[in-house]
Amino acid sequence: MERVGIVGIGHTAFGRRGDASVQELACEAFRGALADAGLERDAIDATVLGSVPEYHKQRSLAGVIQEYLGLAPKPVWLTEAACASGSAAIRTAWLSIRAGEHDVVAVIGCQKMTELATAEILGLMGRVGEVQWESSFGTTFPGYYAMFARRHMHDFGTTRAQLTQVAVKNHHYGAQNPLAMFRKPVTAEKAEGSESVASPLNVYDCCANADGAACVILARESVARTCTKPPVWLAGMGCATASASILHRGSLTGIPSAARAAADAYAMAGVKPERVRVADVHDCFSIAEVMAYEDLGFCARGEGGRYAEERQGWIGGRVPVNVDGGLKAKGHPVGATGVSMTCEIVKQLRGEAGERQVPNADVGLTHNVGGIGQYCFVQVLARND
Amino acid sequence: MFKWFGVVNLSPCTRVAAFAEHLRAGKLMASRCTACGQRAFPPRADCERCLSPEFEWLEISGRGRLLTWSRIDAAPAGFEDYAPYVVAVLELVDGGRALAWLGDSLTEDELRIDMELVLTPRLRDDLEEIRVDYLLERPRAQAPRTNGAPPALATTERRNP
Repeated sequence: MERVGIVGIGHTAFGRRGDASVQELACEAFRGALADAGLERDAIDATVLGSVPEYHKQRSLAGVIQEYLGLAPKPVWLTEAACASGSAAIRTAWLSIRAGEHDVVAVIGCQKMTELATAEILGLMGRVGEVQWESSFGTTFPGYYAMFARRHMHDFGTTRAQLTQVAVKNHHYGAQNPLAMFRKPVTAEKAEGSESVASPLNVYDCCANADGAACVILARESVARTCTKPPVWLAGMGCATASASILHRGSLTGIPSAARAAADAYAMAGVKPERVRVADVHDCFSIAEVMAYEDLGFCARGEGGRYAEERQGWIGGRVPVNVDGGLKAKGHPVGATGVSMTCEIVKQLRGEAGERQVPNADVGLTHNVGGIGQYCFVQVLARND
Repeated sequence: MFKWFGVVNLSPCTRVAAFAEHLRAGKLMASRCTACGQRAFPPRADCERCLSPEFEWLEISGRGRLLTWSRIDAAPAGFEDYAPYVVAVLELVDGGRALAWLGDSLTEDELRIDMELVLTPRLRDDLEEIRVDYLLERPRAQAPRTNGAPPALATTERRNP
């Protein structure tokens, strides 16, 4: 079967984008990706939008964006998988090319969140948990991960200081990413002393709601080879689900869908975790990154805290993780996040990451989690020919 | 009347609505599939094992051990007036789990993973509307507070209502 490559990437600045509407953000990312690929707009056969509808005033955004970008009457559709909507969109685009239906597909992840108040967003996000038996007690998204953190600390001796190291790292690299929301390093003292959100998690354990868009253009191999830059291949595509309810979740110290999606992605790509040179993982909370180290096989189960403490996720460590700042410092416009992760790994594999370039990066990985793990998408990307 | 259930009810329509009426009567009920015998707590109308839509009610003790908890300081819309409050997950000895707030017999500082607690039905008596839920209590303090005046609030910290 013909491979599918990424031939163009585009990315807006993430953060509070009071200057732009959601379709304008989408256009900014799309224009960048077209130019990067050296393609004309007419070359796009279809568009897939990754976005979570609840945050927007505009209903059924996909059609509005397709029209705004001048891509009508070509097909467009929306995929929704909570915070993994972007990677879900990439997956359906990849499937449509693999099915032989399309040659070139644009994937746009976009979200404009800052028009809603934080309490409203906490309410919306909390309801990604189970509404009948959990949200009715005021659970929040940070609260779920806080409960995972509490259990991880109990079972494995993970410490408060180890969790803080995730924020320190991601802010360090966010400061080097011109598109990141927070471009300032943070000290461990400041992070650890920040206000409690949901015990034991503080403000610096949590990513921030943001506005932003990212775009990747996918093409079948025969087309990909004619584009401006060498393609980055979608070599392994894993996708799995786990219980949306914490009441039905076996383990409270890992994300079972992540471990399964990773195993499938590694098998398809024919690589082992130690072959990964750089990864972007879903650090919606510090504990989420710690669990990702384990679920992805970068370290043994229970060793994630130590991985953070020993700075194995920094450039020069075992597998550098979130050297674009991650959700923590880059910001988390939910629908855009998965696409943003793929953009970063493509940059790394092309050697275009500048100050934060990981040396010899030829195999990379993305890990995008929806909700508290009810969805997980893992991609292994490779530069090889 | 499932609209009675929860601190704030978000899903009033369900085939297990009688759960709330049992709670009002001080009883904690699980569902049991009449086709294959599979039990569920929280109750399910459709069996998770065989998908049969037929079930019956079965009273459970509510005893269990604490799996994990968090004190919610940044509350979602609709819960701002209650914050901070503790949400905790109990693994029940009769099977299943429950997520609930803490009752008056224990404070967050006293919580320990694996400690034994009891999920205890509560009929709210501080509201004009009917509202039922359940709280986590220490085993000795499990009598349901379905009558009488609301318990006195401790002066040093805010309590769950």
